[in-house]
Amino acid sequence: MNVDVLISYFPRYAEAFLLTLRIGWLGILLSAAIGIVSAFTMYFKLPVLSRIAGAYVEIFRNTPLLVQLFFVYFGMPKLGFAISAETCGIVGIGLLGGSYMSEALRSSLNAVPASQAESAEALGMTHFQAFWLVIFPEALVLSVPAVVANVIFLLKETSVFSAISLMDLMFTAKDLIGLYYDTTEALFMLVVFYIIMLVPVSAAGSVLERKARHKMFGE
Amino acid sequence: MGFEVLLKGNNMIRLLGGLAVALKISLISVCISLIMGTVFGSLMNDRHPLIKKILRAYLEIVRIMPQLVLLFIAYFGTTKALGVNISAEAASIIVFSFWGSAEMADLVRGALSGIPPAQYESSLALGLTYHQTLVYIIIPQIIRRMLPLSINLITRMIKTTSLIMMIGIVEVLKVGQQIIEANRKNYPNAAFGIYFTVFVLYFAVCWPISMLSRYLERKWEA
Repeated sequence: MNVDVLISYFPRYAEAFLLTLRIGWLGILLSAAIGIVSAFTMYFKLPVLSRIAGAYVEIFRNTPLLVQLFFVYFGMPKLGFAISAETCGIVGIGLLGGSYMSEALRSSLNAVPASQAESAEALGMTHFQAFWLVIFPEALVLSVPAVVANVIFLLKETSVFSAISLMDLMFTAKDLIGLYYDTTEALFMLVVFYIIMLVPVSAAGSVLERKARHKMFGE
Repeated sequence: MGFEVLLKGNNMIRLLGGLAVALKISLISVCISLIMGTVFGSLMNDRHPLIKKILRAYLEIVRIMPQLVLLFIAYFGTTKALGVNISAEAASIIVFSFWGSAEMADLVRGALSGIPPAQYESSLALGLTYHQTLVYIIIPQIIRRMLPLSINLITRMIKTTSLIMMIGIVEVLKVGQQIIEANRKNYPNAAFGIYFTVFVLYFAVCWPISMLSRYLERKWEA
Protein backbone atom coordinates (compact mmCIF):
# COMPACT_ATOMS: atom_id res chain seq x y z
CA MET A 1 0.00 0.00 0.00
CA ASN A 2 1.42 3.33 -1.07
CA VAL A 3 0.71 6.22 1.32
CA ASP A 4 1.45 8.92 -1.27
CA VAL A 5 -1.18 7.44 -3.53
CA LEU A 6 -3.69 7.42 -0.67
CA ILE A 7 -2.99 11.09 0.04
CA SER A 8 -3.28 12.05 -3.60
CA TYR A 9 -6.65 10.28 -3.78
CA PHE A 10 -8.00 12.02 -0.70
CA PRO A 11 -9.51 15.17 -2.29
CA ARG A 12 -11.47 13.19 -4.88
CA TYR A 13 -12.86 10.85 -2.26
CA ALA A 14 -13.71 13.74 0.06
CA GLU A 15 -15.70 15.41 -2.71
CA ALA A 16 -17.51 12.16 -3.54
CA PHE A 17 -18.12 11.60 0.15
CA LEU A 18 -19.91 14.94 0.49
CA LEU A 19 -22.03 14.24 -2.58
CA THR A 20 -22.97 10.77 -1.31
CA LEU A 21 -23.78 12.19 2.09
CA ARG A 22 -25.92 14.99 0.67
CA ILE A 23 -27.93 12.78 -1.64
CA GLY A 24 -28.23 10.06 0.98
CA TRP A 25 -29.56 12.33 3.70
CA LEU A 26 -31.87 14.30 1.42
CA GLY A 27 -33.23 10.97 0.21
CA ILE A 28 -33.68 9.77 3.78
CA LEU A 29 -35.57 12.95 4.72
CA LEU A 30 -37.80 12.44 1.70
CA SER A 31 -38.31 8.81 2.65
CA ALA A 32 -39.33 9.81 6.18
CA ALA A 33 -41.91 12.24 4.78
CA ILE A 34 -43.28 9.66 2.33
CA GLY A 35 -43.24 6.99 5.03
CA ILE A 36 -45.23 9.09 7.50
CA VAL A 37 -47.88 10.05 4.95
CA SER A 38 -48.18 6.51 3.66
CA ALA A 39 -48.33 4.97 7.14
CA PHE A 40 -51.04 7.45 8.19
CA THR A 41 -53.24 6.67 5.21
CA MET A 42 -52.99 2.97 6.04
CA TYR A 43 -53.45 3.41 9.77
CA PHE A 44 -56.60 5.51 9.36
CA LYS A 45 -57.78 3.19 6.56
CA LEU A 46 -58.55 6.13 4.29
CA PRO A 47 -60.56 4.78 1.35
CA VAL A 48 -58.69 4.50 -1.99
CA LEU A 49 -55.59 6.25 -0.58
CA SER A 50 -54.75 3.39 1.76
CA ARG A 51 -55.00 1.00 -1.19
CA ILE A 52 -52.61 3.14 -3.20
CA ALA A 53 -50.20 3.36 -0.28
CA GLY A 54 -50.36 -0.41 0.20
CA ALA A 55 -49.60 -1.07 -3.46
CA TYR A 56 -46.74 1.45 -3.39
CA VAL A 57 -45.17 -0.23 -0.35
CA GLU A 58 -45.42 -3.70 -1.91
CA ILE A 59 -43.98 -2.57 -5.25
CA PHE A 60 -40.99 -0.74 -3.84
CA ARG A 61 -40.19 -3.29 -1.15
CA ASN A 62 -40.10 -6.10 -3.68
CA THR A 63 -37.83 -4.63 -6.35
CA PRO A 64 -34.12 -3.78 -6.17
CA LEU A 65 -33.04 -0.13 -6.01
CA LEU A 66 -30.76 -0.65 -9.00
CA VAL A 67 -33.71 -1.71 -11.16
CA GLN A 68 -35.80 1.20 -9.86
CA LEU A 69 -33.03 3.65 -10.70
CA PHE A 70 -32.55 2.21 -14.21
CA PHE A 71 -36.26 2.45 -14.85
CA VAL A 72 -36.53 6.03 -13.64
CA TYR A 73 -33.24 7.26 -15.09
CA PHE A 74 -33.11 5.46 -18.45
CA GLY A 75 -36.72 4.35 -18.97
CA MET A 76 -38.81 7.35 -17.99
CA PRO A 77 -37.10 9.86 -20.34
CA LYS A 78 -38.58 7.84 -23.22
CA LEU A 79 -42.00 9.00 -21.99
CA GLY A 80 -40.73 12.55 -21.67
CA PHE A 81 -39.89 12.60 -17.95
CA ALA A 82 -36.17 13.28 -17.90
CA ILE A 83 -34.54 14.17 -14.58
CA SER A 84 -30.92 14.72 -13.58
CA ALA A 85 -28.92 11.88 -12.05
CA GLU A 86 -28.81 13.69 -8.72
CA THR A 87 -32.58 14.18 -8.52
CA CYS A 88 -33.00 10.61 -9.62
CA GLY A 89 -30.78 9.44 -6.77
CA ILE A 90 -32.69 11.46 -4.17
CA VAL A 91 -36.07 10.36 -5.54
CA GLY A 92 -34.86 6.75 -5.78
CA ILE A 93 -33.70 6.61 -2.15
CA GLY A 94 -36.82 8.53 -1.12
CA LEU A 95 -39.22 6.11 -2.82
CA LEU A 96 -37.38 2.95 -1.75
CA GLY A 97 -36.90 4.23 1.79
CA GLY A 98 -40.46 5.56 1.96
CA SER A 99 -41.82 2.05 1.60
CA TYR A 100 -39.56 0.72 4.36
CA MET A 101 -40.26 3.67 6.67
CA SER A 102 -43.97 3.28 6.04
CA GLU A 103 -43.87 -0.37 7.10
CA ALA A 104 -41.83 0.47 10.21
CA LEU A 105 -44.21 3.21 11.30
CA ARG A 106 -47.40 1.34 10.43
CA SER A 107 -46.43 -1.72 12.44
CA SER A 108 -45.44 0.51 15.38
CA LEU A 109 -48.77 2.35 15.21
CA ASN A 110 -50.55 -0.99 15.30
CA ALA A 111 -48.35 -2.17 18.16
CA VAL A 112 -49.50 0.63 20.51
CA PRO A 113 -51.90 -1.15 22.88
CA ALA A 114 -55.58 -0.29 22.38
CA SER A 115 -55.85 0.48 26.10
CA GLN A 116 -53.74 3.61 25.50
CA ALA A 117 -56.32 5.08 23.14
CA GLU A 118 -59.16 4.05 25.44
CA SER A 119 -57.49 5.59 28.50
CA ALA A 120 -56.82 8.80 26.59
CA GLU A 121 -60.47 9.06 25.67
CA ALA A 122 -61.54 8.22 29.21
CA LEU A 123 -59.46 11.21 30.30
CA GLY A 124 -61.56 13.38 28.01
CA MET A 125 -59.23 13.73 25.02
CA THR A 126 -60.71 13.99 21.57
CA HIS A 127 -59.74 11.40 18.95
CA PHE A 128 -57.36 13.92 17.44
CA GLN A 129 -55.69 14.70 20.75
CA ALA A 130 -55.41 11.03 21.65
CA PHE A 131 -53.65 10.36 18.38
CA TRP A 132 -51.24 13.31 18.43
CA LEU A 133 -50.45 13.36 22.12
CA VAL A 134 -50.50 9.66 22.98
CA ILE A 135 -50.52 7.16 20.15
CA PHE A 136 -48.22 8.83 17.63
CA PRO A 137 -45.42 9.66 20.12
CA GLU A 138 -45.54 6.12 21.49
CA ALA A 139 -45.42 4.66 18.00
CA LEU A 140 -42.42 6.85 17.17
CA VAL A 141 -40.53 5.47 20.15
CA LEU A 142 -41.50 1.92 19.21
CA SER A 143 -40.29 2.44 15.66
CA VAL A 144 -36.78 3.61 16.61
CA PRO A 145 -34.94 0.28 16.07
CA ALA A 146 -36.55 -0.25 12.67
CA VAL A 147 -35.94 3.35 11.59
CA VAL A 148 -32.27 3.18 12.61
CA ALA A 149 -31.87 -0.05 10.64
CA ASN A 150 -33.56 1.59 7.66
CA VAL A 151 -31.28 4.65 7.77
CA ILE A 152 -28.17 2.46 7.75
CA PHE A 153 -29.64 0.33 4.98
CA LEU A 154 -30.45 3.39 2.85
CA LEU A 155 -27.01 4.96 3.33
CA LYS A 156 -25.49 1.66 2.19
CA GLU A 157 -27.82 1.52 -0.80
CA THR A 158 -26.40 4.84 -2.05
CA SER A 159 -23.47 2.77 -3.34
CA VAL A 160 -25.50 1.77 -6.41
CA PHE A 161 -25.71 5.40 -7.58
CA SER A 162 -22.52 4.87 -9.54
CA ALA A 163 -24.63 2.89 -12.03
CA ILE A 164 -26.43 6.08 -13.11
CA SER A 165 -23.07 7.85 -13.27
CA LEU A 166 -23.36 9.94 -10.14
CA MET A 167 -19.86 10.75 -8.90
CA ASP A 168 -20.30 9.01 -5.57
CA LEU A 169 -17.70 7.05 -3.57
CA MET A 170 -18.20 3.87 -5.56
CA PHE A 171 -17.92 5.71 -8.89
CA THR A 172 -14.72 7.44 -7.74
CA ALA A 173 -13.16 4.13 -6.73
CA LYS A 174 -14.09 2.53 -10.05
CA ASP A 175 -12.81 5.53 -11.94
CA LEU A 176 -9.48 5.62 -10.12
CA ILE A 177 -8.96 1.88 -10.55
CA GLY A 178 -9.55 2.31 -14.27
CA LEU A 179 -7.18 5.29 -14.49
CA TYR A 180 -4.19 4.25 -12.38
CA TYR A 181 -4.73 0.58 -11.59
CA ASP A 182 -3.86 1.12 -7.91
CA THR A 183 -6.67 -1.22 -6.96
CA THR A 184 -5.61 -1.86 -3.38
CA GLU A 185 -5.28 1.82 -2.52
CA ALA A 186 -8.52 2.81 -4.23
CA LEU A 187 -10.50 0.08 -2.46
CA PHE A 188 -8.84 0.89 0.86
CA MET A 189 -9.94 4.52 0.61
CA LEU A 190 -13.42 3.37 -0.36
CA VAL A 191 -13.70 1.25 2.78
CA VAL A 192 -12.27 4.03 4.95
CA PHE A 193 -14.82 6.55 3.70
CA TYR A 194 -17.74 4.17 4.16
CA ILE A 195 -16.54 3.57 7.72
CA ILE A 196 -16.41 7.34 8.30
CA MET A 197 -19.93 7.62 6.91
CA LEU A 198 -21.58 4.72 8.73
CA VAL A 199 -19.82 4.12 12.05
CA PRO A 200 -21.12 7.37 13.59
CA VAL A 201 -24.64 6.60 12.36
CA SER A 202 -24.45 3.07 13.74
CA ALA A 203 -23.15 4.32 17.10
CA ALA A 204 -25.73 7.12 17.34
CA GLY A 205 -28.37 4.57 16.44
CA SER A 206 -27.41 2.31 19.35
CA VAL A 207 -27.59 5.24 21.79
CA LEU A 208 -30.98 6.25 20.41
CA GLU A 209 -32.27 2.68 20.71
CA ARG A 210 -31.15 2.50 24.31
CA LYS A 211 -32.87 5.81 25.07
CA ALA A 212 -36.04 4.61 23.38
CA ARG A 213 -36.01 1.45 25.49
CA HIS A 214 -35.72 3.58 28.63
CA LYS A 215 -38.68 5.65 27.52
CA MET A 216 -40.77 2.52 27.08
CA PHE A 217 -39.83 0.56 30.15
CA GLY A 218 -38.61 3.21 32.56
CA GLU A 219 -35.12 3.25 34.03
CA MET B 1 -43.46 2.32 -25.79
CA GLY B 2 -40.71 -0.17 -26.48
CA PHE B 3 -42.46 -3.39 -25.52
CA GLU B 4 -42.48 -4.66 -29.13
CA VAL B 5 -38.76 -5.28 -28.99
CA LEU B 6 -39.37 -8.05 -26.47
CA LEU B 7 -41.30 -10.05 -29.05
CA LYS B 8 -38.51 -9.75 -31.59
CA GLY B 9 -36.27 -12.79 -31.97
CA ASN B 10 -35.66 -14.49 -28.66
CA ASN B 11 -35.28 -11.29 -26.65
CA MET B 12 -37.82 -12.27 -23.97
CA ILE B 13 -36.17 -15.67 -23.54
CA ARG B 14 -32.77 -13.99 -23.19
CA LEU B 15 -34.17 -11.69 -20.54
CA LEU B 16 -35.60 -14.63 -18.62
CA GLY B 17 -32.27 -16.41 -18.99
CA GLY B 18 -30.62 -13.39 -17.36
CA LEU B 19 -33.09 -13.60 -14.51
CA ALA B 20 -32.23 -17.28 -14.11
CA VAL B 21 -28.54 -16.41 -13.74
CA ALA B 22 -29.36 -13.95 -10.95
CA LEU B 23 -31.71 -16.39 -9.25
CA LYS B 24 -29.20 -19.23 -9.42
CA ILE B 25 -26.57 -17.14 -7.65
CA SER B 26 -29.02 -15.99 -5.01
CA LEU B 27 -30.33 -19.51 -4.43
CA ILE B 28 -26.83 -20.92 -3.84
CA SER B 29 -25.99 -18.03 -1.52
CA VAL B 30 -29.28 -18.41 0.36
CA CYS B 31 -28.59 -22.12 1.01
CA ILE B 32 -25.08 -21.42 2.28
CA SER B 33 -26.29 -18.47 4.39
CA LEU B 34 -29.11 -20.39 6.06
CA ILE B 35 -26.72 -23.12 7.18
CA MET B 36 -23.74 -20.94 8.13
CA GLY B 37 -25.99 -18.33 9.73
CA THR B 38 -27.60 -20.92 11.98
CA VAL B 39 -24.19 -22.14 13.09
CA PHE B 40 -22.84 -18.64 13.74
CA GLY B 41 -26.06 -17.56 15.43
CA SER B 42 -26.02 -20.44 17.89
CA LEU B 43 -22.35 -19.73 18.60
CA MET B 44 -23.14 -16.11 19.45
CA ASN B 45 -24.59 -17.10 22.79
CA ASP B 46 -21.42 -19.06 23.48
CA ARG B 47 -19.69 -18.27 26.73
CA HIS B 48 -16.27 -18.10 25.12
CA PRO B 49 -15.38 -14.38 24.95
CA LEU B 50 -13.09 -14.68 21.92
CA ILE B 51 -15.71 -16.38 19.74
CA LYS B 52 -18.23 -13.76 20.83
CA LYS B 53 -15.89 -10.89 19.95
CA ILE B 54 -14.96 -12.27 16.55
CA LEU B 55 -18.60 -12.84 15.64
CA ARG B 56 -19.61 -9.41 16.83
CA ALA B 57 -16.88 -7.80 14.72
CA TYR B 58 -18.01 -9.87 11.73
CA LEU B 59 -21.62 -8.73 12.15
CA GLU B 60 -20.57 -5.10 12.50
CA ILE B 61 -18.50 -5.25 9.29
CA VAL B 62 -21.44 -6.63 7.36
CA ARG B 63 -23.80 -4.10 8.96
CA ILE B 64 -21.66 -1.18 7.83
CA MET B 65 -20.12 -2.16 4.48
CA PRO B 66 -22.35 -1.89 1.42
CA GLN B 67 -22.61 -5.19 -0.44
CA LEU B 68 -21.30 -3.51 -3.59
CA VAL B 69 -18.09 -2.54 -1.77
CA LEU B 70 -17.67 -6.12 -0.58
CA LEU B 71 -18.23 -7.32 -4.15
CA PHE B 72 -15.53 -4.99 -5.45
CA ILE B 73 -13.11 -6.13 -2.77
CA ALA B 74 -13.79 -9.79 -3.48
CA TYR B 75 -13.62 -9.42 -7.24
CA PHE B 76 -11.04 -6.71 -7.96
CA GLY B 77 -9.24 -6.44 -4.63
CA THR B 78 -8.24 -10.07 -4.19
CA THR B 79 -6.87 -10.29 -7.70
CA LYS B 80 -4.51 -7.39 -7.13
CA ALA B 81 -3.63 -7.94 -3.49
CA LEU B 82 -3.41 -11.72 -3.25
CA GLY B 83 -2.85 -12.63 -6.87
CA VAL B 84 -5.74 -15.09 -6.90
CA ASN B 85 -8.15 -14.93 -9.77
CA ILE B 86 -11.71 -15.88 -8.92
CA SER B 87 -14.58 -15.77 -11.37
CA ALA B 88 -17.27 -13.10 -10.99
CA GLU B 89 -19.83 -15.79 -10.13
CA ALA B 90 -17.64 -17.23 -7.39
CA ALA B 91 -16.91 -13.75 -6.02
CA SER B 92 -20.60 -12.89 -5.85
CA ILE B 93 -21.52 -16.19 -4.19
CA ILE B 94 -18.77 -15.66 -1.61
CA VAL B 95 -19.89 -12.09 -0.87
CA PHE B 96 -23.61 -12.83 -0.69
CA SER B 97 -22.99 -15.84 1.55
CA PHE B 98 -20.70 -13.76 3.75
CA TRP B 99 -23.37 -11.11 4.04
CA GLY B 100 -26.37 -13.45 4.28
CA SER B 101 -24.77 -15.61 6.98
CA ALA B 102 -24.29 -12.55 9.17
CA GLU B 103 -27.90 -11.45 8.71
CA MET B 104 -29.11 -14.98 9.40
CA ALA B 105 -26.85 -15.27 12.45
CA ASP B 106 -28.40 -12.11 13.86
CA LEU B 107 -31.90 -13.54 13.35
CA VAL B 108 -30.97 -16.82 15.05
CA ARG B 109 -29.35 -14.98 17.93
CA GLY B 110 -32.44 -12.81 18.35
CA ALA B 111 -34.77 -15.81 18.31
CA LEU B 112 -32.61 -17.74 20.78
CA SER B 113 -32.27 -14.90 23.26
CA GLY B 114 -36.02 -14.27 23.00
CA ILE B 115 -36.77 -17.59 24.67
CA PRO B 116 -37.12 -17.12 28.42
CA PRO B 117 -34.81 -19.30 30.57
CA ALA B 118 -37.93 -20.48 32.43
CA GLN B 119 -38.72 -22.61 29.37
CA TYR B 120 -35.54 -24.63 29.81
CA GLU B 121 -35.98 -24.87 33.56
CA SER B 122 -39.63 -25.94 33.43
CA SER B 123 -39.05 -28.63 30.86
CA LEU B 124 -36.10 -29.98 32.85
CA ALA B 125 -38.29 -29.92 35.93
CA LEU B 126 -40.90 -31.93 34.03
CA GLY B 127 -38.29 -34.62 33.55
CA LEU B 128 -37.30 -33.99 29.93
CA THR B 129 -33.66 -34.47 29.07
CA TYR B 130 -31.71 -31.54 27.64
CA HIS B 131 -31.86 -33.14 24.22
CA GLN B 132 -35.65 -33.56 24.47
CA THR B 133 -35.99 -29.98 25.66
CA LEU B 134 -34.26 -28.75 22.55
CA VAL B 135 -36.20 -30.96 20.14
CA TYR B 136 -39.70 -30.59 21.60
CA ILE B 137 -39.66 -27.19 23.29
CA ILE B 138 -36.99 -24.84 22.03
CA ILE B 139 -36.54 -25.63 18.33
CA PRO B 140 -40.27 -25.55 17.43
CA GLN B 141 -40.55 -22.10 18.98
CA ILE B 142 -37.43 -20.87 17.24
CA ILE B 143 -38.66 -22.09 13.87
CA ARG B 144 -41.91 -20.22 14.32
CA ARG B 145 -40.05 -17.02 15.08
CA MET B 146 -37.39 -17.52 12.47
CA LEU B 147 -39.22 -18.74 9.41
CA PRO B 148 -41.04 -15.53 8.42
CA LEU B 149 -37.88 -13.49 9.01
CA SER B 150 -35.62 -15.84 7.08
CA ILE B 151 -38.04 -15.92 4.16
CA ASN B 152 -37.86 -12.15 4.21
CA LEU B 153 -34.08 -12.42 4.09
CA ILE B 154 -34.39 -14.57 0.96
CA THR B 155 -36.23 -11.78 -0.90
CA ARG B 156 -33.60 -9.31 0.24
CA MET B 157 -30.88 -11.55 -1.10
CA ILE B 158 -32.65 -11.94 -4.43
CA LYS B 159 -32.98 -8.17 -4.71
CA THR B 160 -29.33 -7.66 -3.86
CA THR B 161 -28.16 -9.98 -6.63
CA SER B 162 -29.06 -7.23 -9.08
CA LEU B 163 -25.69 -5.75 -8.07
CA ILE B 164 -23.75 -8.52 -9.83
CA MET B 165 -24.09 -6.69 -13.13
CA MET B 166 -21.62 -4.18 -11.71
CA ILE B 167 -18.84 -6.78 -11.69
CA GLY B 168 -19.66 -7.90 -15.20
CA ILE B 169 -22.00 -10.84 -14.80
CA VAL B 170 -24.55 -10.93 -17.61
CA GLU B 171 -27.78 -11.07 -15.62
CA VAL B 172 -31.21 -9.67 -16.37
CA LEU B 173 -30.32 -5.94 -16.24
CA LYS B 174 -27.22 -6.45 -18.35
CA VAL B 175 -29.16 -8.49 -20.92
CA GLY B 176 -31.71 -5.68 -20.94
CA GLN B 177 -28.95 -3.17 -21.64
CA GLN B 178 -27.62 -5.31 -24.47
CA ILE B 179 -31.06 -5.61 -26.07
CA ILE B 180 -31.60 -1.85 -25.80
CA GLU B 181 -28.23 -1.11 -27.36
CA ALA B 182 -28.66 -3.64 -30.17
CA ASN B 183 -32.05 -2.14 -31.10
CA ARG B 184 -31.24 1.53 -30.58
CA LYS B 185 -32.02 2.37 -34.22
CA ASN B 186 -35.24 0.44 -34.77
CA TYR B 187 -36.72 0.77 -31.29
CA PRO B 188 -35.47 4.02 -29.76
CA ASN B 189 -37.93 3.68 -26.87
CA ALA B 190 -36.85 0.17 -25.91
CA ALA B 191 -35.33 1.44 -22.65
CA PHE B 192 -38.76 2.07 -21.17
CA GLY B 193 -40.23 -1.29 -22.14
CA ILE B 194 -37.20 -3.33 -21.17
CA TYR B 195 -36.55 -1.72 -17.79
CA PHE B 196 -40.24 -1.81 -16.98
CA THR B 197 -40.24 -5.53 -17.78
CA VAL B 198 -37.19 -6.13 -15.58
CA PHE B 199 -38.95 -4.21 -12.79
CA VAL B 200 -42.03 -6.42 -13.18
CA LEU B 201 -39.93 -9.60 -13.32
CA TYR B 202 -38.21 -8.83 -10.03
CA PHE B 203 -41.54 -7.97 -8.46
CA ALA B 204 -43.07 -11.21 -9.75
CA VAL B 205 -40.26 -13.19 -8.10
CA CYS B 206 -40.10 -11.37 -4.77
CA TRP B 207 -43.71 -10.53 -4.07
CA PRO B 208 -45.05 -14.10 -3.65
CA ILE B 209 -42.17 -14.87 -1.28
CA SER B 210 -42.94 -11.73 0.77
CA MET B 211 -46.61 -12.73 0.87
CA LEU B 212 -45.67 -16.17 2.17
CA SER B 213 -43.56 -14.58 4.88
CA ARG B 214 -46.40 -12.30 5.90
CA TYR B 215 -48.90 -15.16 5.88
CA LEU B 216 -46.72 -17.27 8.18
CA GLU B 217 -46.10 -14.32 10.46
CA ARG B 218 -49.82 -13.70 10.84
CA LYS B 219 -50.64 -17.37 11.25
CA TRP B 220 -48.12 -17.89 14.04
CA GLU B 221 -48.56 -14.55 15.75
CA ALA B 222 -50.99 -15.80 18.39
